[in-house]
Amino acid sequence: MTDKPIMLITGARKGIGRYLVEYYLKKDFFVIGCSRSESEITDSNYLHYCLDVSNEKKIKDMFRDIRNKLGKLDVLINNAGIASMNHALLTPLDSVQAMMTTNFTGTFLFCREAGKLMKKNNFGRIVNFTTVATKMRLEGEAIYVATKAAVQSLTEVLSRELAPDGITVNAMGPTPIETDLIRSVPKDKIEKITDRLAIKRLGNFSDVSNVVNFYISKQSDYITGQTVFLGGI
Amino acid sequence: MSENKIIETIYKAIEEVNIGMDEKLCTNGGPNLTLYGEGSPLDSLGLVSLIVNIESNIEDVFNTTISLANEKAVSQKNSPFKTVGSLATYINTLLGKDND
Repeated sequence: MTDKPIMLITGARKGIGRYLVEYYLKKDFFVIGCSRSESEITDSNYLHYCLDVSNEKKIKDMFRDIRNKLGKLDVLINNAGIASMNHALLTPLDSVQAMMTTNFTGTFLFCREAGKLMKKNNFGRIVNFTTVATKMRLEGEAIYVATKAAVQSLTEVLSRELAPDGITVNAMGPTPIETDLIRSVPKDKIEKITDRLAIKRLGNFSDVSNVVNFYISKQSDYITGQTVFLGGI
Repeated sequence: MSENKIIETIYKAIEEVNIGMDEKLCTNGGPNLTLYGEGSPLDSLGLVSLIVNIESNIEDVFNTTISLANEKAVSQKNSPFKTVGSLATYINTLLGKDND
């Protein structure tokens, strides 16, 4: 058990997830991370689970373990996601299913199990991840955009279902940030995206934590079902 | 599995749910206590809370995870959520399957 606020971050091994783990450890949270492989983070206030975010049994087992070890969960950051750029006419079914499973089903399963645990404490903050690509209707990202639009809709409905239990559910839509997710995307494609933003630059990790801080603050108990997009879209 | 032990687990969850309710469910009605439907003060959100609490109590007592509200259970003509007894029998079946 710990007196610290407890945060669970999916996709914690690299990119935004890894940044958020380190950021919130510094802010004196107890952080639980999960990813498909082991984490390099060694900290007495960090607990890592290796699992696929679409594996319902492993997720349920993990939440049972969290309940037994820590007794509660204050914040869930549903960061895990995958992307694949392709023209819709050339997109294989396997890619569609993989993106839907990780981006949408995974987010849903974590919201469901976190909601059960948070409900016991009548407090919780859930932050889901969508993308500016949904607002831009980006060509070549039909499936990725559709899965993230589904996350936004899920967020809006869950915010109503979980409000009676003191749980807020919000989403944020980052711009492209220098991570593995966009490493394979051609530079001119990224520039085309940033050119369509009010603020024409790539996002930073700190832009993400800024929005997360707002959503998870105790004072944000009247903010739910919202999506904040970075960059001015 | 002992159905009595399951019934105890259900009643523990009822006590937890009662804390937030004005009109409370009886806590000593035995297996015939109506959980949901006519004669029960539990509304649909109350039933959600009860199911969530029963699932986590079952996890604690039997050291296994179960999902009570699967599609089959929801669509069954005789709902397993109707009485404490019917729910205990249903849970016993699920736990038995888990051990197969």
